[in-house]
Amino acid sequence: MSTVLTNVCKQYDQGKTVLGKVSAEIKTGEFFVIVGPSGCGKSTLLRMIAGLTDITDGEISIDNRVVNNLSPKDRNLTMVFQSYALFPFLSVWDNVAFGLKARKHSQVEVEERVNNALKMVNLEDLKDRKPRELSGGQRQRVALARAVASDAKICLMDEPLSNLDAQLRIKMRQEIYALQRKLGITLIYVTHDQVEAMTMADHIMVLHNTEVQQIGTPAEIYKTPANEFVASFFGVPPINILPATKLSSKSLKVNGDFEVKVDQVITENELKVGIRPNELRVAKADELTANATVKNIEFLGDEKILYATFNNGNEVSAIISSETHFDLFDTIKITSTNNVLLFSQDGINITKGVGDVVNA
Amino acid sequence: MANIDETAILKRIFSYFLLIFLAVVILAPFFIGIWTSFLPTADILKGNFFSTNVSLNNYFDAFTQTPILRYLGNTVVISIITMFAHLIFCSMSAYAFVFLDFKYKKVFFALFMVTMMLPSEAAIIPNFQTVKALGLLDHYSAMIVPSLTSAFGTFMLRQSFMQTPMELKEAADIEGLNHFQIYWNVVLPYNRISLITLGAYSFLGAWNQYLWPILVTFSNNSRVIQNGLKQLQSEETFNNWGMIQASAAIIVIPTIIVLFIGQHYFKSGMNEGAVK
Repeated sequence: MSTVLTNVCKQYDQGKTVLGKVSAEIKTGEFFVIVGPSGCGKSTLLRMIAGLTDITDGEISIDNRVVNNLSPKDRNLTMVFQSYALFPFLSVWDNVAFGLKARKHSQVEVEERVNNALKMVNLEDLKDRKPRELSGGQRQRVALARAVASDAKICLMDEPLSNLDAQLRIKMRQEIYALQRKLGITLIYVTHDQVEAMTMADHIMVLHNTEVQQIGTPAEIYKTPANEFVASFFGVPPINILPATKLSSKSLKVNGDFEVKVDQVITENELKVGIRPNELRVAKADELTANATVKNIEFLGDEKILYATFNNGNEVSAIISSETHFDLFDTIKITSTNNVLLFSQDGINITKGVGDVVNA
Repeated sequence: MANIDETAILKRIFSYFLLIFLAVVILAPFFIGIWTSFLPTADILKGNFFSTNVSLNNYFDAFTQTPILRYLGNTVVISIITMFAHLIFCSMSAYAFVFLDFKYKKVFFALFMVTMMLPSEAAIIPNFQTVKALGLLDHYSAMIVPSLTSAFGTFMLRQSFMQTPMELKEAADIEGLNHFQIYWNVVLPYNRISLITLGAYSFLGAWNQYLWPILVTFSNNSRVIQNGLKQLQSEETFNNWGMIQASAAIIVIPTIIVLFIGQHYFKSGMNEGAVK
């Protein structure tokens, strides 16, 4: 009882590969987020699950039934579009009832479902309005109500929050999450926003360069990213990737500068180190001992983000306490704790213990 | 500053003067026509346009002494049927050109466009032959059948349908609507402004037909209003200009009504809120 993707491929006529060999298992009732930068094929993948786009190769099955050649309606799912796709000539109530009426539910059932759905998204008072008389957030709720009213067990969402402002986005994020838990539906959610992915997902699929980079829980993805891309995609500000050389079997010289001890035997001479901004230690230093210069400082309230340039030109960002004071162009000494990630030259995570959790 | 203001005012005076002048040039014949339709023919012939013998007698005469009511009826029936035929057939073919995938779609559409480039006058003789062979002469269908559909209407609706957000169609696909349901429940309501425009255009086009009806109608049973007006003018040995003016006014009024009704729908923002 789950949605299984097996080696799903998409190529367009010109031979351009949009997605290559995507495999995943999406369990029933889970919140599954597909995340990746623009143009990585995540919307295409969602549309392929929906049946709006053909699959070039591979197999999609829902509840042990191969659906490759089924039309969208026979896959028994709903979809919330990025643009909401409301019918401007129908009232809110009729918009929500649209699919139910099309699927020939009885009048009584349609009314009950629509009223319940509207109640769930707090739109009962606006049920006679037209979409043009609603705000962005309310339109979004209508689109959600449409998914809620449906009896489909799988709901697909294609960047549903990208048209909302920041505050509303946080609110809707919580509402969507609460709805998904309450209804117990399988939710497959596409976004380019790593914060949305981290906050809502049971499992995250990271897509990049037409391929799955990693599938895992938010914690796995953050703590043990499969590669350099996944590491830098999650976390704000992004992880610092710096070159490093082997000093001894268990220590490294990072950026030709400071030393980091690691809890594993290092086999390669040249590698890369990923250091989260909150693992960096910054101290004022005179010009002789300094290894970097402050470029910019962002005040966030309880903390500050410090952007600096190493003497060799590498950029780095660090999270520091908001009490510490630095000025622009101050010379500083940057070091790191030993809590770092190790990447091979071509970006694969070689930190000890990572291989077990990466299933991509 | 003062200089700038003066030139701005002068400019404004000049443009309003121009606008008023053009309005008078364009509207004067229309209003003179309406005005003279209220005057007795004797006064019109004397050139006494400022006569005070204003009455509705001309209208009364037109309705009672001529078959103008019959002409009007013919035209209304033909125009309305033509209008609905255009709305149905053009929207269906436009839907096919936009939302369906079939072989040689582009070729077929190019063929449609080619017929649009051919002036209707060029097709008049073959059309006449066809209609005659079908035995439809002097009958409503002679005027309806050849213009049941229009390449222009298909073209116009296709352009409009292409503006329909794809997401609406996809949302309908996911809900499992078939093509006819999507056509009827999604595409037509979304494009109702274009449909009203095409409806008004087709109605007026049919209403103002002249050359084709004059060829295929011989009797009052099927004669349309535009030909009827011409008929009135030549039948009357003593040209009753007042009555002719009244008939002309009667012909114009429905077209103005159609335009007014249509205008009511040309509000912007009808489709706002569909996407984004």
